Parts: sequence; C-alpha cells; structure tokens
Amino acid sequence: MTSPATKPRRARDRAAIAAKTLRTDRWWLAPLLTVVGLGAWVAYATVRVFMHKWYWVEDFHYLTPFYSPCVTDRCVEGAAHFGRFLPGWWIVPDAALTLPFLLLFRLTCYYYRKAYYRSFWLSPPACAVPDGHKAYSGETRFPLLGQNLHRYFFYAAAIISLINTWDAILAFHSPKGFGFGLGNIILLLNVVMLWAYTISCHSCRHIIGGRLKHFSKAPMRYKAWTFVSALNVRHMQLAWITLGTLALTDFYVMAVAAGWFNDLRFIN
Amino acid sequence: MANETSPAGKPAAKRQFRIWRGDESGGDLQDYAVEVNEGEVVLDVIHRLQATDAPDLACRWNCKAGKCGSCSMEINGKPRLSCMTRMSTFEEDETVTVTPLRTFPVIRDLVTDVSFNYEKARETPAFAPPPDLAPGDYRMQQVDVERSQEFRKCIECFLCQTVCHVIRDHEENKQAFAGPRFFIRAAELDMHPLDVKTDRREYAQAEQGLGLCNITKCCTEVCPEHIKITDNGIIPMKERVVDRRYDPLVWLGSKIFRRGQVPQTSVTSGHSSGAVHASGGHGGVHSHAGGSHDPQAEAQAQGGVNWNREVPHPTAPAVDTRGRLPLTELTFDRAAAPSPFGDDVTFPMPPEHLNFAHPEQDKH
Repeated sequence: MTSPATKPRRARDRAAIAAKTLRTDRWWLAPLLTVVGLGAWVAYATVRVFMHKWYWVEDFHYLTPFYSPCVTDRCVEGAAHFGRFLPGWWIVPDAALTLPFLLLFRLTCYYYRKAYYRSFWLSPPACAVPDGHKAYSGETRFPLLGQNLHRYFFYAAAIISLINTWDAILAFHSPKGFGFGLGNIILLLNVVMLWAYTISCHSCRHIIGGRLKHFSKAPMRYKAWTFVSALNVRHMQLAWITLGTLALTDFYVMAVAAGWFNDLRFIN
Repeated sequence: MANETSPAGKPAAKRQFRIWRGDESGGDLQDYAVEVNEGEVVLDVIHRLQATDAPDLACRWNCKAGKCGSCSMEINGKPRLSCMTRMSTFEEDETVTVTPLRTFPVIRDLVTDVSFNYEKARETPAFAPPPDLAPGDYRMQQVDVERSQEFRKCIECFLCQTVCHVIRDHEENKQAFAGPRFFIRAAELDMHPLDVKTDRREYAQAEQGLGLCNITKCCTEVCPEHIKITDNGIIPMKERVVDRRYDPLVWLGSKIFRRGQVPQTSVTSGHSSGAVHASGGHGGVHSHAGGSHDPQAEAQAQGGVNWNREVPHPTAPAVDTRGRLPLTELTFDRAAAPSPFGDDVTFPMPPEHLNFAHPEQDKH
C-alpha cells in the first residue's frame, strides 16, 4: 500500500464546480426504462391478482403462477393443492401464502435493489449524478436494514419454485389423460426461467459455497459455486426475463381461460 | 498550427476542451482548442496543452498505461483514467470537459488530495497469517486464493471511491465509510486461505460502514481493472455479515456441528478484536492495524521495549582477508553472499530483540 503523505494536513475544499453533473450521455434513459418496465409489470400483476378469475383452465389443468397454490374458499378445486382455508374477501389474493414471499424475494434481491434505488429513489439516479436526497444512511437502519433477510426469502422462493414445477408437471395430465400444447411449453419455460433466476441469487451463491474459506476442502460445493457464479453473472437479465415469462404465462392462461383464443394442442 | 500534420499524415484537427482550472480558493472551466492526432488519449491532449497554451496546468500522471492509477480525473462527468480514454470515443465536434475528482479536496487544477484513501488504508487491519507459520512456508491452493487474487488487480486509482455517492454526495459520511476499494480489501483478506483474523466482517460492518453501501454498482462500472467489486466483493461481504449477525440458522448450524470456518484463535486474543468494538470514534488509529497477531508478541509489545538498555553492537558483515566484502563466492569461505546485517541476525526478528542504536550513542 502506498505510504501516506507526511506533510501537515489542513482541511481543504473540493473543486468549485457549479454543474451538478457534467455527463453528456443519456444517463437518464436506464432509470427511466426501469421505472416504465417495473411500473407496468406491477400494475399488470396487481390487476390480475385482484381479478379472482381466469386463472385455471379446466380442460388442460393450466394454473397461472399468480394463483399457485390457490388457498381461498373461492378457488376451484383443481387449483387448490393445499386446501382452501382462507376467507375469500376480495382483498385477499388467492395465492396469499406465496405472493408475499415472492414479492419480498424480489424486493430484497440485490439486482432489484440496485434498480429501484437508482430509478425510483434516485440514490443515485446514475453514476456521478447527484443523489436526490439531503441525508443518506444507506441500509443501516430500519426498514432498509431488513434487506439482510434476503436469504430467507430465497429459501421461500426455492420452495415456491418447487410448487410451480409441480403445477407445470400436473398440467401434462388433463382430464382426457396425457396431453400437451403450447400452454405446457409456456409453463415449462416459465418454470425453467424461475429456477434460473432463483438459483442465480447472490444469497444462494453465498450459501452454496461462497461462504467457504477453503474451496479445496469442499470440491462438490466449489463446483456448485462455480455453476451458480456463472448464472449469477446473468442475474439482472434473468430478473427481467422472469418478469416477462411470468406475465406471459399468466396472460396465456387468462386468455385461454377466458376463451379469447384456444390453446394450440400438440397431443390430446 | 492549422497546417501541421499528424504522424499518420492526416491534418491534425483542433478539438474543443473545457478544463477546470483553479485551486481550493475557487476556479472555473476554461475553454481550450487543442490539436488532436489519431490514436491519442485525453492525457496526451493535456500534455500538449501543457506544452502549448497552459504550461502551468497541473495534472498527476505516471505510467500512461493504465497501471499506476495516477491520472484519475472526470471526463465528460465520468470518473476515468485519462490515459485510457481514447479521443476516438468522442464525436469530432464534441467539447470534452475535464475536471478533477469531485469527491476529494482539490490541490490545483486536475490534482486532488486523495489522503482520505490512505487514512482508510491505514485503518484496515493487515494480513494476519497463522502465528506459527513462518514467512516462506506459506502454502495454499490456487482455487482457495483465486478470489482474493481478483482484488489484487486493484491499482488504487480511487475511481470507485470518487464515484460512490455515499461520500461523493454526502461529505458527512466520510468518517463512517471506507469506500469500495477498502471493502474489496476486507473481502480479499477475509477470503484469503491463510488469513486467520476472523472479525473482518464485523470490522467491515462496524468500522468500514458496509451497511451504508446500497449496491448501486457504480464502483463496478468505473473500475478500469474490471474488478467485479459489487458482485464478488461487497455482496459476499454483506452476506458474510448476515451469517454472523442476522442468520440464526447459520448460528445454530455452527453450534451443533461446531463448524467454524477457521480456528477461533486470533479473534479473541488480547486487545485486537476488542479494539474493533471499543473504538467508537472513527478515523482513529486501530491498534491492530498492521500489528502482529501472535498473542505473546502482542503482550510483549504492550509491555514495551526497553529502549534504555544497552544495545550490543551488531556484528559486522564477514569480510575477506583484505577487510573487504568479497565480490564472488568463489573467493570466499562460505556459500552465498554475506548478510549486510551481520551473520548473527535472523529475520523475522523476535520483538524482544527490537532495539534502536543511536548512531551517536558512543559519543556521550
């Protein structure tokens, strides 16, 4: 490390530069796109969650991930693997057991944190562009201290991914027996992407092997860590891809359930 | 000037620059038109400006190869190394604005006082190998040390420090916040297979202000060495802090299986770990920074060396029959060159042998 200057120090001032930022590129574009993208998705998801219909296709056993597992007393039987024990008030989402955890998983995700701190909270809106706030305490205090709970929501999200996988497998068994169509492919694609997003999580990377000091003593965990690290590089892309596949899956199921168009069947 | 040609044979074009000139008492952006040749970088232009219009323009530079980390400045508002910023990345008619690093106090023109970083470096506890392992006996596997090696690429240009909004936009956080460069230093040592200090994550959280970081990744964006500061350094450190402070499962697991990552010897030894928590004030000198981690040696060091005891004169180096240092081994009676410290001195020196012989002590 470089040795410090030994000259007696006095407090100096920063350079007096009037402009808040001298960046000339379109630094505002990325936060703007994030606001538009996340805003649109949240609006769509909110509408769908409180719609309480068109979530289940009886003919092909398609269940949208937004209603899985369906646990309120207004659920249709096929969609409720875990019973119907919650009251069916309109304010209660039909997947009330899973949605809060999925929301918290994404809210505390290291990528989404970067995205919304920059675009919604303007802290900072872009690199070398001033923070929009007078004071700043980062993630040292409540409620942002709660971001440290990310790994618990990761555990929950892994369990929920299992449930979604089960939904996708069940969809191959429609009342007429085995069959599959375009809906199955969409459900499968969604599940694969959800797993990729969940496993590429930074907390997962840490738990699976990142916390070790000596990789050489745990070769299997090192291998797993290497795999997760490779996925982790794409965590941002996977975060956006899964928003897309979730919305696509939900829309497809809604459209087929509402009878807007028919499912393209390949077998049965 | 207009008729001059560049080495490549094309007529040299004049490009517009705005450069911040001034010192701590004030300053402003001044316009210059400078000749730019093909293949040049911003630092070349600044040097040309020093040779022509502005001989008193101050700027810090050294290697011109992106390896010394001296020529950090802000070019069109972005913290960059000026020797690595090609002029071809700008439009022909674009005005290039060059300013000093915004986060640090200015000395003159493009030169800033980056002592903040050296103070934080001094506060960061040094590498602590196992006490019974002699230098030269360090053995480790490449897979174990690989993660630490990524952070060794750091050239200390402090671009990550200047871009970080925690201190860039909030001067008051400078005391509590060490910055990305020192988070990766903490991560480098915490991940190092031979480092036995186990309180680095607590240190990062309590003393370096890791919690102030909101992982907006600007440090990674500006790093000229492409170190994945956030993904490989800061986030793993945050997760390690979670292990210790917020994860009851890990706590329970380590209790049941007694699965500490490294032996818990040095964490509680003497005053070193206490200093992390006891020193409430920031910016103070931590007693464990760079110190020995051998408990016995620390106890002796605390007792102090008796500077007043009489110091034996060191043995002079071995000389040949003519009283000269031998030039070759062939003409000398032992293998290898003699130690300039004398053959009775071995390194590392035990702490109790440390002493100081004033050159004029014999004159009294």
